[in-house]
Amino acid sequence: MAKRQSWWLWAAAALAYVFLYLPLVIVVVYSFNDSKLNAEWVGFTLDWYHKLFNNREMLVAARNSMVIGVVSALAATFFGALAGIAMHRYKLRLLPFLVLTPIAIPEILMGVSLLIFFVLLNVTLGMTSIILAHVAFCIGFVAIVVRARMQGMDNSLVEAARDLGATPWQAFRLVTLPQIMPGILAGGLMAFTLSIDDFVITFFTAGVGSSTLPLQIYSMIKIAVTPEVNAISTLLMVLTLCLIVLVSKVSPGALRAE
Amino acid sequence: MQERLGKWLLSWPPLAYLVVFFLLPSLIMMFAAFRYPGDYGGLMPLTSEDPATGKLVLDITLDNWRDYLTLESFVRLVDEPLYIELFIKSLWYATLTTLICIAMGYPLAWLIARSPKKYRDLMLLLVILPFWSNFLIRIYAWMILLGPQSALSKAINLVVTAFGHEPVSLLFTPFAVIVCLVYVHLPFMVLPLYANLEKHDMALLDAAQDLGASAWQRFWKITWPLSLPGVYAGAALVFIPALGMFAVPDIIGGTEGIMIGNLIKQQFLETRDWPFGAVLSIMLTGGVLLMAGLAAAVGRGKQKAKQKHG
Amino acid sequence: MALLEIRNVVKRFGDFTAVNHVSLSVNAGEFFTLLGPSGCGKTTLLRMLAGFEQPDSGEILLDGKDVSNVPPEKRPVHTVFQSYALFPHMTVRENIAFPLKMAGWSADKIAPQVDELLEDVRLSKFGTRYPHELSGGQRQRVAIARALVDRPRLLLLDEPLSALDAKLREEMQIELINLQKEVGITFVYVTHDQGEALALSHRIAVMNSGQVEQLDMPETIYSYPRNRFVADFIGQCNVLESEVKAIHGDGTMTIAIKGCGEMKALAREGVTVGQQGWLALRPEKIKLDRELPELANEAYFKGRVHDCLYMGDVTLYIVEVGEGVRIEAMLPNSAPGLAKLFDDNDLVEIAWRFDAGSFLTE
Repeated sequence: MAKRQSWWLWAAAALAYVFLYLPLVIVVVYSFNDSKLNAEWVGFTLDWYHKLFNNREMLVAARNSMVIGVVSALAATFFGALAGIAMHRYKLRLLPFLVLTPIAIPEILMGVSLLIFFVLLNVTLGMTSIILAHVAFCIGFVAIVVRARMQGMDNSLVEAARDLGATPWQAFRLVTLPQIMPGILAGGLMAFTLSIDDFVITFFTAGVGSSTLPLQIYSMIKIAVTPEVNAISTLLMVLTLCLIVLVSKVSPGALRAE
Repeated sequence: MQERLGKWLLSWPPLAYLVVFFLLPSLIMMFAAFRYPGDYGGLMPLTSEDPATGKLVLDITLDNWRDYLTLESFVRLVDEPLYIELFIKSLWYATLTTLICIAMGYPLAWLIARSPKKYRDLMLLLVILPFWSNFLIRIYAWMILLGPQSALSKAINLVVTAFGHEPVSLLFTPFAVIVCLVYVHLPFMVLPLYANLEKHDMALLDAAQDLGASAWQRFWKITWPLSLPGVYAGAALVFIPALGMFAVPDIIGGTEGIMIGNLIKQQFLETRDWPFGAVLSIMLTGGVLLMAGLAAAVGRGKQKAKQKHG
Repeated sequence: MALLEIRNVVKRFGDFTAVNHVSLSVNAGEFFTLLGPSGCGKTTLLRMLAGFEQPDSGEILLDGKDVSNVPPEKRPVHTVFQSYALFPHMTVRENIAFPLKMAGWSADKIAPQVDELLEDVRLSKFGTRYPHELSGGQRQRVAIARALVDRPRLLLLDEPLSALDAKLREEMQIELINLQKEVGITFVYVTHDQGEALALSHRIAVMNSGQVEQLDMPETIYSYPRNRFVADFIGQCNVLESEVKAIHGDGTMTIAIKGCGEMKALAREGVTVGQQGWLALRPEKIKLDRELPELANEAYFKGRVHDCLYMGDVTLYIVEVGEGVRIEAMLPNSAPGLAKLFDDNDLVEIAWRFDAGSFLTE
């Protein structure tokens, strides 16, 4: 039934896609360019990747990012899944507000308030403070995905389980949990991705020796732009892409839930 | 009884976490706006260590609170038009970004919603995918694209110099900031618009055509008014983060392109005047709440108008 | 001259031929129905009349002018959609005023016209409501009012009653007939519901696989279906395999029903002795009793009740006559009391007049 759309609409859409992808393509292409300048194609090289893997600071930052990502994803998945289930089951006021607001407000607000908070409580800024902060903003994303999964679940399944003799806890463990597991997994992977990629909140809650990949990239592009940034950017994009494919495999539609 | 227990077990852990690591810090920041800055930055302490016992003692009392709490930072904000001007400029940047996102996102969302079902998910995924790449990388990509050696810069300067003007720099300008803000936020506009447009009943357009409406009239009388909830949702999702953005102007905006977020960052990390930073944050929060409230009110207003006739 | 003339229209979607060489004409003031199962091409034909589809070949003439390539918004033809397609963001008034606005009427001329239509469909009090605040029947009436407000030459109705429940559907049928009489506009009505078609129409075109199988008045279509498809599709019908044995000069012939025996039937043009065919016989035209007189102009068989379906107003008896031949007979339960006459395995006799059925060759 789809009618043929007018050509200018296609042109506008094509332009939008070019706008979305051209910058990223250029970054990837220049990461293999044998030139110090991001200006024109000179020749193919893997030098920038070599340099990257010999850059100690970068490796430390990558390790930090991984640790922070894994720990905060695990914690955020736990809290977020509970929140998602609770928000679906019960009419709550405070919890949805606290879960959703961190997603809705500009990140900088959360960054600076956590900075004050940690400093006043004499928490040394570092890995711990970053993880605590990441968990706080990742909970919301996990909760939304899990809640969407709960809403998509047939309510009569739980009733059927109860009818057939299951206690509420058994019904939850044997029926609800397996049903929403893909949502929880997808939420966890999303939390990991968000944590790995976060810049703003990390920027305010990081301390000496707790640099992450985004912070490293930030200082590189602020001080001197070298094609090494292209290389790390490309690697990060590949990593994110893999995670996204994984998320959409375990729970199709989870990416759109937010 | 069991119901209660379940509710308690499920909601308390996340609630407690968010109260401690989100609500409490937010309240502390609000409170910080009324305090004096410390001698070496940060906040002037409200407690001190008792030299005799080594315990912390609360210095502030009901009698002397005037020595510890002040509206000075608020006064400073109102007194110096510079800050208000910067805030208005930020509002303007965010508005402009939102409008450009609507103009670019609408045709795209419309086309995706009207495409054959089997292509829709792919087309939508292609819109979302860049959003999942690292935020800094996306800004960095524009540093390359707008840099002086880029093809875009050279092409523009060729035209500019042909007309006898001085060559212009694209990077580190408000222009670069707007381009990047649009780039970063475009998916947030396309998604809610698509979600709305996809649900439109095509029979309505057939009916309008059948009753004599031209293509132009069909768009403005049917599609556009019905898509307004999507437009509002998208506008809120773009405007709010754009208003508080500091990384984009920080990296790509130069001195001309800074926004309120940069000022907040400066207060907290460079001049270390936390009370004033807190005041600016409150102002930003106010702007955000205003926008969110506006979007909600427009949505609810429509709802009410409908109910009134019921 | 007919108001609407469809000449040899063909419409294909890829390999599928939705409408296959259809020709028919509709007179001014007529209530015309396109009846057929889903996928028979009736909706495609309607969409071509509205202008949403263009015929691959053939012509559509409205008042003698070919409109095949006139876009929908330029045709004096409106549609009542199956889903009503009421604009959800407009009130009832705004919905009805829409075509007038599109036609560029001034506001002071629009208002009285809309008032009049609201009154016609008995919705005067509901002008300021939104579609979602109306019942199904009310929405239906708004859709009709909106399509009639600028007095189109032709009103197309695409299964407009299918979303309503049975009781409301009956009420709306009566309302539609009255409305059509009142406004005098030609209706072309699409439905798959044979009861609706019979009740509403002046003439019916029965469609199947993109072609018109029969075009006649409702009573003709019902009593004398032209082929097995029409006989099957409309109402209940016994279709009995038969062979022509002899043709008589008085407009009758003798046929043999397979497994039963010979009987008289109405002759049919073009049949020859020895031709195979079917006798179509409506269950309610069959007499059924414990004993029946053998009359000269009637077919007559003995049988045994195999099954009965009690349906309240009538009972359908399935009677086995001869080896494996079952004939359905329908009797009204009009007698006082329980009024069910026979039970399973009762021995009965059935008979029908020679002109009660029709011989089908295809």
